[in-house]
Amino acid sequence: MSTVHLGMPGVRPQHASPGSSHLRGDRSFPAKARTELANPVLRQNLQHATSTIQAKRASVVREVRDWQKLRDAGSALKWQVTDHLPEMLVQLEESVQAAGGTVHWARDAEEAGEIVTRLVLERGQQEVLKVKSMATQEIGLNETLAHAGVHAIESDLAELIVQLAGDTPSHILVPAIHRNRAEIREIFLRTMPDLDPSITDDPAELAGAARRFLREKFLDMSGSVAISGGNFAVADTGTVAVVESEGNGRMCLTLPRTLITVLGIEKIVPSFQDLEVFLQLLPRSSTGERMNPYTTLFTGVAEGDGPQEFHLVLLDNGRSAVLADPEGRSALHCIRCSACLNVCPVYERTGGHAYGSTYPGPIGAILSPQMTGVTGPDDPNASLPYASSLCGACYDVCPVKIDIPSILVHLRAKEVDQRREASGQFHGTWDVAMRGASKLMSSPRAYDAAVRASSALGAVKRTGNIGKLPSALPLIPGWTDHRDLPVPRQSFRSWWKDRERHGGAPAPRPDGDGPEDSPASGEDA
Amino acid sequence: MSAWQDARPSRVAGMSARDEILARLRSALEVPRRDEVTEPGDVPRTYQRADDRAEGSDPAKIRQLLVKRLEDYTATVHRTTEAGLPEAVAAALEGAASVIVPPGVPEAWLASSDLSVTRDDGTAGPRALDRIDAVLTGCHTAIATTGTIMLRSDDLSGRRAISLLPDLHVIVVQADQIVLGVPRGIERMGEDPTAPWTMISGPSATSDIELSRVEGVHGPRRLHIVIVEPEPEPEPGPAPDAPKTAPTSQETS
Ligand code: SF4
Repeated sequence: MSTVHLGMPGVRPQHASPGSSHLRGDRSFPAKARTELANPVLRQNLQHATSTIQAKRASVVREVRDWQKLRDAGSALKWQVTDHLPEMLVQLEESVQAAGGTVHWARDAEEAGEIVTRLVLERGQQEVLKVKSMATQEIGLNETLAHAGVHAIESDLAELIVQLAGDTPSHILVPAIHRNRAEIREIFLRTMPDLDPSITDDPAELAGAARRFLREKFLDMSGSVAISGGNFAVADTGTVAVVESEGNGRMCLTLPRTLITVLGIEKIVPSFQDLEVFLQLLPRSSTGERMNPYTTLFTGVAEGDGPQEFHLVLLDNGRSAVLADPEGRSALHCIRCSACLNVCPVYERTGGHAYGSTYPGPIGAILSPQMTGVTGPDDPNASLPYASSLCGACYDVCPVKIDIPSILVHLRAKEVDQRREASGQFHGTWDVAMRGASKLMSSPRAYDAAVRASSALGAVKRTGNIGKLPSALPLIPGWTDHRDLPVPRQSFRSWWKDRERHGGAPAPRPDGDGPEDSPASGEDA
Repeated sequence: MSAWQDARPSRVAGMSARDEILARLRSALEVPRRDEVTEPGDVPRTYQRADDRAEGSDPAKIRQLLVKRLEDYTATVHRTTEAGLPEAVAAALEGAASVIVPPGVPEAWLASSDLSVTRDDGTAGPRALDRIDAVLTGCHTAIATTGTIMLRSDDLSGRRAISLLPDLHVIVVQADQIVLGVPRGIERMGEDPTAPWTMISGPSATSDIELSRVEGVHGPRRLHIVIVEPEPEPEPGPAPDAPKTAPTSQETS
């Protein structure tokens, strides 16, 4: 079921390989979210983290007067890339080769893993250093290398914490967001053999411990191999840009003899000058800085400076399948800033693990199911497009203007169609509810009767809210299972009748809140 | 077992990965999108571009902005003139016993410093560099709006390893290397795009532990910027024909 049917012969876009890809959880979003929501430490950390980054982002974005114009340019540039992806990739390949690099192509996670493993083993290495990279996380590269007896050490502080704890990352940018300082101290004490046990849980001390632990590894890199991802690859020059904060990226891009960069094929920017757009959009959206502390730009191999061997692995792994859907393909424009995660009310509560994929949050909800394809109602990724209230905050902050809400709706529609096709009938509470509602709503008399009946049914709690309604109310069974509704004193229809009786003048609202009390009600509506 | 657990993407036998990926993408693009295809000329460049008037603002004001941005992220800034440069460098290097410099750094910069100087010849390995206290480099360009210093791998900024391992990095910025915005900075970089470049905006930092900012994870923990400014203009009066020497930041490269 991994073929995207386009009705044309020959080679077709392919979904990601399910075996090695970390793009799908073992349970649906609601099931996992329930577990995550029960963890108060996680919720507290997430709430603190997302609101802090959100505020920082907002303040540095406000500084930039041409921000909306930069977003327009960023979006157009990314469309230019998707529209011309095959040609741009060929151009990138030529540029990298001209600069002394070697280009490899990987159809899926397995192939990328094989290429990297072979390169490492051919150089006689048992240990490699890694810079945080979502692409390598996506293809489960560490596991593949471990299988071949190669130990991959994560060099980002957060990734190191996650790795030492035997965890999986939960946020694009701050993968250890779900761990607090006391937990991190425990993890370090358990896993760093030379660590002085008198260390406190002060973040500066903990970072110092990580610095000493990794510095030794970096200094011995001279003959070795490092593996990185990349933020941007410039088609016309072959330049790869790596954006970071800690300096571990610089270490890995500079000190080893061989550098292997694994890059999703969508990471292209057309020309070098176009970096002027993305290097403005990314840092402010991502960490809320005017510019991140370090950005390295390198092109192939430079004599006398840095790695003397450079391998670029271009990865498909389901990206061609995303490209195949014109309504959903702009998910490939993502520059992984994580701004949409931080503003998402769903992500803020559930955290990243609930999404089951390397790509969490709103972008994950549209990217993961498209990369893997959805094979049926029992596919955990089928639930992802529903992990959103469609509030639109993600679209507002996205630096490349990906219309995430529209794609979510599109994917929901696709999923429902698929289910109908598969079963040939209506299914599930939603469909049943909609059918019931449509019958009811097409007859005013029946509707009135139902609404009156519902207040008589008396699910009203002492709080004045409506609690769980008996399923006899034929509107939407289940709707009130987890929600309380404020009790309206009057139904809309009877309010409207009153209003008409008053000759069109706005009748006082049944809850007593006159419009004069809420000057902003126009915007809130 | 669900279908997705066994499904594997199919590969076309006898086709190279490269050809197959390109064919997949071409086939994917057969389904057109609703809007027009975006060509290079369609990209709106209405944002503040390098040729904008803002770049021509008063150089002193642009320098002032740079200083503010650098201090915002806790770099130590030393403002000086050509004559005061050796003193300023000595102050920035205070506490260090050894320093490494790229081959093109003028001797004069270190004239007032008393410490062991290694002139990089490309032979020192990571362990040797790790034992050196400080590194003194020039730079290629500085961007005021973001407080970014751009180093090109050359005789003045050095190969990348030397500005990475020592714990103190002192960078000398000349007034004519300062630009206002990112577009102009990238434009100057674009004159030699394939050289290795490092953009530095603050000391190495992390916010990975509960989002509290910790400085100095892997790169140099201390960053000092020495800005060389034109001599203050003499009071107007005596020499009406004095040549105008103040460089304008945007014309010089
Ligand atoms: S979808 Fe947009 S906002 Fe979300 S991570 Fe990607 S670029 Fe950032």
